[in-house]
Amino acid sequence: MQFGLSESQEILKDSARKFFAGECPVSEVRRLMETETAYDPDLWRKLAEQGYTGIIFPEEYGGVGLGKVELILMMEEAGRALLPGPLFSTVALAGAVLDAVGTAEQKRKYLTPICRGEARSTLAMLEAAASWDPKDAQIEVLNGKLTGEKLFVPDALVADAIVVVARNGVFVVDAKDSGIKTAAMPAMDLTRKLYSVRFDSVPVEKLGNADGLAKGLDVATAALVGEMVGGMQRTLDTTVEYAKTRKQFGKPIGAFQAVQHQCADMYLETESSRSAVYYAAWALQENAPDAAVAVSIAKMYASDACRTVGNRGIQIHGGMGFTWENDLHLYYRRAKASETALGDATFHRERIARLVIDAGAAVAQGA
Amino acid sequence: MDLSLTAEELRFRDELRAWLEANVPEDWEQVREEALQDRFAFLRSWQRKLYDAGWAGASWPKEYGGRGASPMQQVIFWQEMARAAAPPMANALGLGLIGPTIIAFGTEAQKMRYLPKILSAEEIWCQGFSEPNAGSDLASLQAEARLDADHYIVNGQKVWTSYGWVADWCELVVRTDPNMPKHKGLTVLLVDMKTPGVVIRPLRQMTGEAEFNEVFFRDVRVPVENVVGKVNQGWDVAIGTLMHERGTFGAGLQILYKRNMDRLIELSRGIQRNARPASQDPIARQRLAQCYAEIEIMRLNQMRAFSRLSATGVPGPEGSIQKIFWSELNQRFQQVAQELLGPYGQLVGRDGHAIDKGVWSYGYLRARGNTIEAGTSEIQRNIIGHFVLGLPRSY
Ligand SMILES: Cc1cc2nc3c(=O)[nH]c(=O)nc-3n(C[C@H](O)[C@H](O)[C@H](O)COP(=O)(O)OP(=O)(O)OC[C@H]3O[C@@H](n4cnc5c(N)ncnc54)[C@H](O)[C@@H]3O)c2cc1C
Repeated sequence: MQFGLSESQEILKDSARKFFAGECPVSEVRRLMETETAYDPDLWRKLAEQGYTGIIFPEEYGGVGLGKVELILMMEEAGRALLPGPLFSTVALAGAVLDAVGTAEQKRKYLTPICRGEARSTLAMLEAAASWDPKDAQIEVLNGKLTGEKLFVPDALVADAIVVVARNGVFVVDAKDSGIKTAAMPAMDLTRKLYSVRFDSVPVEKLGNADGLAKGLDVATAALVGEMVGGMQRTLDTTVEYAKTRKQFGKPIGAFQAVQHQCADMYLETESSRSAVYYAAWALQENAPDAAVAVSIAKMYASDACRTVGNRGIQIHGGMGFTWENDLHLYYRRAKASETALGDATFHRERIARLVIDAGAAVAQGA
Repeated sequence: MDLSLTAEELRFRDELRAWLEANVPEDWEQVREEALQDRFAFLRSWQRKLYDAGWAGASWPKEYGGRGASPMQQVIFWQEMARAAAPPMANALGLGLIGPTIIAFGTEAQKMRYLPKILSAEEIWCQGFSEPNAGSDLASLQAEARLDADHYIVNGQKVWTSYGWVADWCELVVRTDPNMPKHKGLTVLLVDMKTPGVVIRPLRQMTGEAEFNEVFFRDVRVPVENVVGKVNQGWDVAIGTLMHERGTFGAGLQILYKRNMDRLIELSRGIQRNARPASQDPIARQRLAQCYAEIEIMRLNQMRAFSRLSATGVPGPEGSIQKIFWSELNQRFQQVAQELLGPYGQLVGRDGHAIDKGVWSYGYLRARGNTIEAGTSEIQRNIIGHFVLGLPRSY
């Protein structure tokens, strides 16, 4: 039993950090967030060359075949860099769901181009009622055609295939189909664009076995928490640095306990989120009996923590923290989007209650 | 990262699990609600039983009565104890703080002499650090020890000494050189509490019980061989103890926390809220789930810390987040319990209406001390700020 990263995991995380820092510095983030899609084909090609777009997919489809822990580590570093564009929606969201519900043939068809960097994908889940429970999907496929509207679909404009959660199954549609109308839903997070997607008699392909959806969504959720942890870490690092250098009353503001203790809490919240998501990733990888609870624990905790860490970070930066020029608000915006995506803390607390309280005995912990 | 158990860990776990299944005392639920002394006597004999079977001090070296297992096996030990809802062990400070300190800083003779009896609970230990004028600022302590041939003569007062009333031995920090700066000139002594001149007075705490004491030392003679580490370098030894107190001590608490959580969930099924069981009330469910999740995160944080410990051998300053986490979590948990129990939560043992003979009112009040004992939350945040994050000292 070893809850530290292995040497190869450290190497992967380290090289991801260097890659994102080099290829996507904050100047690039700022450039991309001002574009319509926040997508850059050049950057996407490089992500694929690194193997990031195929990180968890089997080698037979051109993937790297790594585990969920490695996915989380990559996402953590992407989150630290505030990587814009469709890596999350393609790999961790649609990709994980395709991997969990598709037949071998469907995986070959949809995952192979993703691994090669030739296609992007996303997941259309929410409707007007905005419920993260797949059972609340109203949209329905009739006679092989899909009609209706999905909201809050990330990166839909650059997707090639859209995975759709419907009342009667999980389907995939060609995003370029003429029956699809996509419109931007401008939102706080400028780096991950959201869209409404209207389907008008769009032909669909039904994905193999919708039973896998929960698992796919759990992988996506853990990946999102990994990304949130990276954002928290960056906010913490930036803030500690500022607290060491900014002087008031003749000393660094970090010498004031009101400031220092907020930094300590940011550290505690970041580390605790990290423990929770590393464990969740491992539990998913091993199909541990408490994997779903572990994912909800991680998302619940991190949803609150990423907001709190952002609040503390900006507060400590004073007026400078409130400027457009300072980068913290970009993380703060992403944190808010991530907090609600795939279920906020309240949603996951209720899910934990269902899995733990309603299941009778409390789930056995760990070993 | 691999949280699956190795073949050896699996063997350890299965053997322990089977042993616990056969040996966890059935009358433990009632004992839990008995008076302090009786409860302690019970826990002491329980620890003896664990020791005889070779489980106490799983990660301590074999030559001193331990099992020689890895830190991760120690983690498995706590998890299995929690899983089996086993009683905790009596000699908490001996096991958690003082034993590891003697292992790290003691002489061979000291290890042979003290460690086995810590594990068997034959000798109960207390920690004589705090004084009336030296709490957070521990290094300013005034109790002094003067060398007189082959003995130190100790004079002074300690306070808030947990287990003082039952302790046989004390890890005592004293000033041996008043002319040196405050962190220098300190020495750690192992003191037999039955030595003439040691006077122990109960100190009633806000729960009404007297789990801690005032301890007075008047010309108490302590043989020089009872010095741990080097004379005048006791600060390093004391910090070693405190690192364990912050970083690893909390691991044993998961036994208590998991037990409390399971019990509260069980109770919530029988308590009515808005014309349905509290376990079905949306707000109560939110609160319970939050606690459940935080207890799990505490466990995971501790597991990560123990993994780091396996690599480095000693807990570092980042252990302060464990202390903050367990103490503040317990306060939040006890508040949730109070909310759920409503007016029943306040009842104490002697009232027949009290739930679980008043353990919840005790638990709520006792939790108040959690953020003070073992270094206050403010001090833990100072430690993280300065020693982990590298911010300037704030004091
Ligand atoms: C239940 C319980 C059991 C205990 N058991 C033991 C034991 O077995 N052995 C033992 O030696 N001691 C024990 N203690 C004592 C405990 O370690 C001290 O109470 C604690 O370290 C605080 O010291 P103090 O009480 O002198 O408070 P003070 O140090 O006077 O602190 C008072 C307040 O000031 C704050 N403060 C002080 N300095 C700073 C600073 N630099 N920055 C910010 N805030 C600061 C503190 O956080 C606190 O809020 C126990 C205490 C309790 C409550």
